Amino acid sequence: MDLYEYQARDLFEKHGVPVLGGAVATTPAEARAAAETIGAKSGGVTVVKAQVKTGGRGKAGGVKVAKSADEAEQYAEQILGMDIKGHTVKKVMIAQGAQIAEEYYFSLLLDRANRTYLALCSKEGGMDIETLAVERPEALARIPVDPNVGIDDAKAAEIIQAAGFPEADHAALANVLKQLWEVYHDEDATLVEVNPLVKTEDGQILALDGKVSIDDNSAFRHPEHAEFVDHSKTDPLEVLAIEKGLNYVKLDGNVGIIGNGAGLVMSTLDVVAYAGEEFTGGAAKPANFLDIGGGANAEVMADGLDVIFEDAQVKAVFVNVFGGITACDAVADGIVKAYDILASHGKDPKPLVVRLDGNNADLGRQILDEAKLPLLERVDTMDGAARRVAELAAAAN
Amino acid sequence: MAIFLTENSKVIVQGMTGSEGMKHTARMLASGTNVVGGVNPKKAGTTVDFPEGKQVPVFGGVKEAMDATGADVTVIFVPAAFTKAAVVEAVDAGIPLAVVITEGVAVRDTAEFFNYSLGKGTRIIGPNCPGLISPGKSNAGIIPADITGPGRIGLVSKSGTLTYQMMFELNDFGFSTGVGIGGDPIIGTTHIDCLQAFQDDPDTDAIVMIGEIGGDAEERAAAYIKEHITKPVVGYVAGFTAPEGKTMGHAGAIVSGSSGTAQAKKEALEAAGVKVGKTPSETAALMREIMQGIAAK
Repeated sequence: MDLYEYQARDLFEKHGVPVLGGAVATTPAEARAAAETIGAKSGGVTVVKAQVKTGGRGKAGGVKVAKSADEAEQYAEQILGMDIKGHTVKKVMIAQGAQIAEEYYFSLLLDRANRTYLALCSKEGGMDIETLAVERPEALARIPVDPNVGIDDAKAAEIIQAAGFPEADHAALANVLKQLWEVYHDEDATLVEVNPLVKTEDGQILALDGKVSIDDNSAFRHPEHAEFVDHSKTDPLEVLAIEKGLNYVKLDGNVGIIGNGAGLVMSTLDVVAYAGEEFTGGAAKPANFLDIGGGANAEVMADGLDVIFEDAQVKAVFVNVFGGITACDAVADGIVKAYDILASHGKDPKPLVVRLDGNNADLGRQILDEAKLPLLERVDTMDGAARRVAELAAAAN
Repeated sequence: MAIFLTENSKVIVQGMTGSEGMKHTARMLASGTNVVGGVNPKKAGTTVDFPEGKQVPVFGGVKEAMDATGADVTVIFVPAAFTKAAVVEAVDAGIPLAVVITEGVAVRDTAEFFNYSLGKGTRIIGPNCPGLISPGKSNAGIIPADITGPGRIGLVSKSGTLTYQMMFELNDFGFSTGVGIGGDPIIGTTHIDCLQAFQDDPDTDAIVMIGEIGGDAEERAAAYIKEHITKPVVGYVAGFTAPEGKTMGHAGAIVSGSSGTAQAKKEALEAAGVKVGKTPSETAALMREIMQGIAAK
């Protein structure tokens, strides 16, 4: 889960990372009020910053320096509602102005390849770090951080030296790095990025802009993170699926997909996309990812079909189940019951292609054949079923 | 022979007395696995009855269970919040293999227990994985034992159901060992670990490697294959149609910017001489050809 800048700023503040004053506003009036309070500490100057979970907002005109509360209100008026790379700006942060002398870069992230954490640090901040990493890799220090040790005095010194900071700044930087480690560790982050980390003209080190991603699997020890969950950008079908506890991702296509196991469902999307290109000239594409898990019981199957039938784009549905732990006869029973449940909700079925394979496949297929469910077809290979469902979806377009 | 798990493996189950633990311990026993104990401090000293008159004693800790039974494998089913403590206990007890089935483990916990285990002699498989099976010999985890029999193909996969699918499609040849390594961002045993073990296993003739979007484990495996693996390898990668920035079921299955794409993984594998199937069935067919070629020699 990615956080907004203002949420990252608040987490920094909570853990003692030096930040400037900042407050979030959703209307120009709120922005004005915030600018009056916050600007008082910086001669009336504030920065109005669009809060969006994407980069490039500065270039898009989403960051403006305001010399007065009046100006802050005007800029907020302009920025709120702006579209930045498909993200509508619903909030702005009013940040205290700063006299920046130098800009640096620091991040701490998960290093999947080495199965540890990695600190990245550079004296050249403010710019796009991916560009820096490619064009001037020697300017970006990359230091592994042991998850069981973290950034202590020795590690902070190692990072700061590797990045080539002058001696005079070491103590202040070390302190900031140790506090940022605390944010990373204590908040179960998978990314803490400060860009820029700045030195002000009076020599202070400050985290001016922050990006934090939180591990969704850490929710059990962070009930307080529930407030970060934000469905305002989420597709309504995804919200419905979350309410039903389903693992669903909306895509842009016309073939609904249900399967058991994340890998098998990803594979099913691919196989349907190939079949769609090959046999329908691109007229059939996967409409969603939906993993109903190894269990595949009737209620979950019904919930899954329910969400997929709600998708007006969907013209045909592919149920692709491999019977492993749950044998195919139980899955077939689940599909039959799911039809009953959906009928009781007054939902009409859509064309459905079912592929059952694995344990007790014969028995499962027999159950489906005998049930004679409307619009349901059985195809026994994954590739064949994908082709059939693509044809059905293309024909219905 | 097989890799990591053989007919001589003695298995204990941490979290055996929970509902998932009970269900899958029964399945492991039914498939012939030598399950010698369970671990639960609250039920230490008791015995749990399983079908066909099998009884499994419960111990207060991993060390105690190892001392009493000579166990060398633990399968961990404890809830995500307690998984790190369970793995650390297993590592401290010095067990050679810890198979972590639990899904939803916080990545910080995995990073901590994995790094803690380094140099202490415990191989960790998982978390969030189906475990591993050496058909006809032993089954440590939740892979359905009846989908395939013993044979000479080795399999390593990030995905559970794709593992089952592939083992089922090739059940006329059978498998030496199938390892589900899991799809989390940090995992204890990698594709490369398994590829090398299969390379060294005299009873494995060819290897199926299943990957998916996210990270660069497949690219690194491809480089490794080119340098170190002489046995034929067939590959499959899932997630060509996954959109950027969306997690597809597995916590680690995410395309970030231009990195972690299925296309890049497929190209890297092909450049290393690995035949990559377009669909699971096509992948199975590629392996079938290889095994038929080996049989004809």
